[in-house]
Amino acid sequence: MSASKGLHPEAAIGPIAVPAATPAWRRGLYLLVGIAVALAPLVLLESFHLFQLTMAVIMALAVLGLNIVCGYNGQISLGHGAFFAVGAYATAILMSHFDWSFWATLPVSAVVCGVIGYGIGFPALRLAGHYLALTTFSLAVAVPQILKHKSIEDWTGGVQGLFLVKPDPPAGLPLSPDQWMYVVTLIVAGACFLLAWNLIRSRIGRALIATRDNPTAAEAMGMDIASLKTRAFAVSAMITGIAGSLSAVAIEFVAPDSFSIFVSITLFVGMVVGGVASILGSLFGGLFVLFVPNIAEAISKAAPGVIYGVILILFLFLLPDGFAGLLRRIGQRLRIRP
Amino acid sequence: MALLEVEDIVIRFGGVTAVAGVSFAVEDRQICGLIGPNGAGKTTTFNCISGIYRPNSGRIRFAGQDITGEPRHRMTGYGIGRTFQNLALFRSMTVRENVLAGAHASGRSGFIASALALPQVRREAAEAQARASELLALLDLNRVADAPVAALPFGWQKRVEMARALISRPKLLLLDEPAGGLNHGEVDDLAALLGEIRRNFNLAILLVEHHMSLVMRVSDKVVALDFGKKIADGTPEQVRSDPEVIRAYLGGGDDHARAA
Repeated sequence: MSASKGLHPEAAIGPIAVPAATPAWRRGLYLLVGIAVALAPLVLLESFHLFQLTMAVIMALAVLGLNIVCGYNGQISLGHGAFFAVGAYATAILMSHFDWSFWATLPVSAVVCGVIGYGIGFPALRLAGHYLALTTFSLAVAVPQILKHKSIEDWTGGVQGLFLVKPDPPAGLPLSPDQWMYVVTLIVAGACFLLAWNLIRSRIGRALIATRDNPTAAEAMGMDIASLKTRAFAVSAMITGIAGSLSAVAIEFVAPDSFSIFVSITLFVGMVVGGVASILGSLFGGLFVLFVPNIAEAISKAAPGVIYGVILILFLFLLPDGFAGLLRRIGQRLRIRP
Repeated sequence: MALLEVEDIVIRFGGVTAVAGVSFAVEDRQICGLIGPNGAGKTTTFNCISGIYRPNSGRIRFAGQDITGEPRHRMTGYGIGRTFQNLALFRSMTVRENVLAGAHASGRSGFIASALALPQVRREAAEAQARASELLALLDLNRVADAPVAALPFGWQKRVEMARALISRPKLLLLDEPAGGLNHGEVDDLAALLGEIRRNFNLAILLVEHHMSLVMRVSDKVVALDFGKKIADGTPEQVRSDPEVIRAYLGGGDDHARAA
C-alpha cells in the first residue's frame, strides 16, 4: 500500500474502486440485449402505447440535446422548446409544401437548428447563469407567436398548423405505419445517442465539462471557450431540432400551440430527473416526462398537476442525481461486492 | 536568445501602477524565482506572462516570438504551461481525466471527427492516455488515478495540477505559489520534484513564491520585485545579500515608512 515516499498520509484517502475495462464479448452481449429490449415493444405493445413509447424516445432525444449544452457545458437554457419547434416546422413545411421524403428533411432540419443555435450561442457568451436562462426563456415564449405570424402564414399554416403523414414502411416489411415510425425513431435517436456518446467521451467532451467546471483553468489548458460554447449550443440545438422533426411526423401534425413554453420546461424537467450531464439519464428523462403525467392523470382526473408535482418532488428527494445517479450507485455496489 | 524575455512591462489598474517597467529573462532549462513582499507586483507580472492581463506597455517574447496580449488559450500552444495559486482543478472529473484535459492543446480533432470517433480521434486519445499514465506514475498519482479529484488532500491536488500542466510538454512552466498551503515534508518533496521535472522534461520554470527557503534552494536565478520595480536580479546568493532586498523584506528603509 505504501508505494509513496511515506510523507503522504495514506489514511487520508479511503479505498478506491477502480473500474475494470469491460471485455469486448460483454459489450457485444449488452448491445444485443439492448437491441432486443428496444425492439420488444413492437410485438408487445398495441398501437397507442407504441405511439406513446415513440414519443417518449423522441422526448429523450430532445432532452439529450439540452443535456449537451446545459448538463455538460453548464449553459442554462429554458428555451430548447424553440429548437424543437423549428425542427418540427422545418420537416412539416418541406413535407407538406414540397413533398420531400421524411429522411431528406432531417439534414435540413439539423442544419437550420444548428445555425440558429450557433447564433444564440454568441449572446450566450456574454450572459451567464440566470440571465442566460431568462434570455432563452424569452426565445421559447416568442416562437409560437412568430409561427402564427401573418407574414409567414402561407408556409406555416398559421394557427391551423400543417398536416403531414407518417413515412410508409418499406415494401416487404410486415410493419404498420405506427410500428415503422417506432423503428424510424429508434434508428434516428440511436444514431444521435451514439454520436453524442462519442462526442462526450472525446477531447471535445472533456473540454465542454472542463469549461463548465473551471473556465479559467480550461483556458490555461488551451481550450477556446467562445468556440466551444457556441458550437456546443449548435450541436445541442441540432439534436433537439431532430427530435422536433421526429415528433412532427409521429403526430402527423404541427401547430403553434403545441410548442408553448411548456415544452421547454418539460425538457428541463426531463434533464434534471434523468440526470444532469448524463447520456443514459436523458433516456430516463424522456420516459419520465411522457409517462408520469399519464400516471398522474390516472390517479386523479381532477388535479393531475398536483399529483405530477408531488411525484416530481419525490423523485428529486429520493434521486438527487436523477436516474443516472441511481444507476451509478448501483454500479458501485456491484463492483465493490463482486 | 533567452526563452522568455520580459521587456519593460507596465501594468496600471485605474490610477494604480502595479508594475512599473519590469524587465528580466528566463533561459532555457533555468529555474527562475520571482520574489518580493506582498503587493510587489509578482502575481501581476505572472498573470501578464500567462495572458490574463495585457500590459499597458512593454513586450513579452517567448522563444523569439512576440506573445504580448495573445489570448490566454493560445499560451499552451506556444509551450507555456501553468498551475494556479488556489487550485483550479476540474472538480467533477477524476485525477486521470484532469490530466487528460491538460492534453487538449496537443489534440486536433473537432466536434464532427469526435462524434464520428474517426481513427485519427482514437489515435490521439490513445497517445494522450499513454502520456497521462506516464505522468501519473512520475508524480506518484497512480494509486488515485481513477478517484474523483475533489476527494484528494490539498497536497495531492497540487500534484495533479502539476501533471495536468506537464502533459502538454511545455517549454516553460509557470508555477504560482506551488508551496502555498504545503507542510514541511511536502515542501521538501516539491523541491525534489521540481529538480526531477526539469531533468525529465527539459524545461524552464518560473515560480512566484513566498516560501523563501524553497526559492533559494531550487532557483538558478532570482528576480526580486518591490513596489512594481525590479530591485535585484541574480543568483540566489547575490539576491540574498543585496541591500535593497534586505531592506524590502526587513524594513528599515524610508520607502516603506513613507508608504505606511
